[in-house]
Amino acid sequence: MKIAICIKQVPDSWAEKKMAGGVLDRAGVDAVLNDLDEYAVEEALRIVEANSPTKEAGEGSGHTITLISMGPERATEAIRKALSMGADDAILVTDPSLAGSDALATSLVLSEVIKKGNYDLVLCGTESTDARMSVIPAMISQRLGWAQLTFAGKVAVNPAANTVEIERVTEFGNQVMSAKFPAVLSVVEKINEPRYPSFKGIMAAKKKPITNMSLADTGVGSSDVGSAAAWSNVKEALPRPPRGAGVKLTDEGNGGEKLVEFLVEKRLA
Amino acid sequence: MSEVLFLVDHSAGKITKAAGELATYAKSIGDSVAVVFADNAQPIVDQLNAFPVDKVITIAGEFDKYGPAAIADGLAQLLTDRKPAAVLITSTANGKEIAARASVITGSGIITDAVNVDKDLITTQSVFGGSTTVHATVTKGVPIITLRANSIEATGAASSAAVETFAATISEAAKLAPITSSTPVVKGGRPDLTEASIVVSGGRGTNGDFKPVEALADALGAAVGASRAATDAGWYPHSNQVGQTGKTVSPQLYVAAGISGAIQHRAGMQTSKTIVAINKDPEAPILEIADFAVVGDLFNVLPQATAQIIARKG
Repeated sequence: MKIAICIKQVPDSWAEKKMAGGVLDRAGVDAVLNDLDEYAVEEALRIVEANSPTKEAGEGSGHTITLISMGPERATEAIRKALSMGADDAILVTDPSLAGSDALATSLVLSEVIKKGNYDLVLCGTESTDARMSVIPAMISQRLGWAQLTFAGKVAVNPAANTVEIERVTEFGNQVMSAKFPAVLSVVEKINEPRYPSFKGIMAAKKKPITNMSLADTGVGSSDVGSAAAWSNVKEALPRPPRGAGVKLTDEGNGGEKLVEFLVEKRLA
Repeated sequence: MSEVLFLVDHSAGKITKAAGELATYAKSIGDSVAVVFADNAQPIVDQLNAFPVDKVITIAGEFDKYGPAAIADGLAQLLTDRKPAAVLITSTANGKEIAARASVITGSGIITDAVNVDKDLITTQSVFGGSTTVHATVTKGVPIITLRANSIEATGAASSAAVETFAATISEAAKLAPITSSTPVVKGGRPDLTEASIVVSGGRGTNGDFKPVEALADALGAAVGASRAATDAGWYPHSNQVGQTGKTVSPQLYVAAGISGAIQHRAGMQTSKTIVAINKDPEAPILEIADFAVVGDLFNVLPQATAQIIARKG
């Protein structure tokens, strides 16, 4: 199998984030591999390990795992993290004209890269912790015309039959869906416990190839990406006014009663 | 007046609370037109008539079998046919995927997770864990906007909407991943977390004992939430997790019991209208954003509050 994983470098979710000129100010904060992408990396590794004669990913497994990312040069840090977990290689699309791209442009670039790779499966996290839209996997699936198997809480791959079955987990309950390769998957948190990179993995990752692509290499025109091409427009972004200091009291045996008094006053109880 | 379409969520013949909210938004912008994907739409139309709905368009077909990909196909055909001023969809996993695919198919801009949309179709979003408010518009195609549940109170306005049918086809690509079996959510007695007007959440401070949290929730008619620390410890189901990697809630009242309020938890609840916190640690960050904070032991404060509320109800 040839598996691709779409990953994204995001500002550390513990960091305070700010807007600059209608888009997220990415320069001023620590950047990490999107937490939720780690589940996709782990799931891809498990799929390969389960179908590898060596029980390991990498050379000798007969399968490949390629990371695909779009972002600045700096995104190589996040890519190395995923490589150190066990992915084989990576493609990074970097181009100044991509800055400010919306989800539609991002999904277009990723889809064009995926088309060139002859992959069986594309895995994604359910969302990035910065934009939080949860739309990229569905957009990629639509653009490629591939099966959409998203919000998977369980994944079962049958490489001999070229089929994959998932259990989709959403607020409306669970659904079993299946499809033939190729398919686009997204996996929910809790599908697995992502491994920590081993020392050996970290050392090996330094030698794994990262292919850099420009926008021109992907075949997407510069008029289709970047903030000028975005199909939605941020009019203004304002820091939320801090919540007014509330009432704070120490429980002296009647804290619960005081709490209810507050709720009654606010007509909440 | 121009038409504003909204997609009606329903399961087992019942519309969700969010459907009435979308009708209210749609009516505030133009003529509100409900879009219902169902083979037997009449029970759903009847329920929609409790809200400001000018028209209902029903679309029958194998949409249950093929899920969001198929519904996106149908919706895209409808958008191309009617060219409405906008289409509103609830911000759920399904809703956002339908919006995503319809946006690609129709070449339309998309805005997700809005907490308001005004008559000029300017949306309000609360991003970065509620620390920043963004106003945005769609500049291309039919604006496709997903709105968070509970962001507006549905206006009750009895209507008797005209019903039309629309014939849509499902593309081969959308049929590639059929749903082979379905297990609906087992509904407990409590309201759904993302739809509830009141949420009572417990964290590390519960030490795994959610009984006082649940008792207060039941007294208030609230949903029960949990911090990541509590779900990671296995004390409460992951489906109830509030926060960055869990559910985002925006209720009228959010009660955080024994939750320190790390930024990742605040990301999921900071836009709640009123926040009440109970924590033993006077330095807990949650106390800083609370409208009413009690520094104390939740095992004393919650039961006392619960008893008081029950007593008041008589």
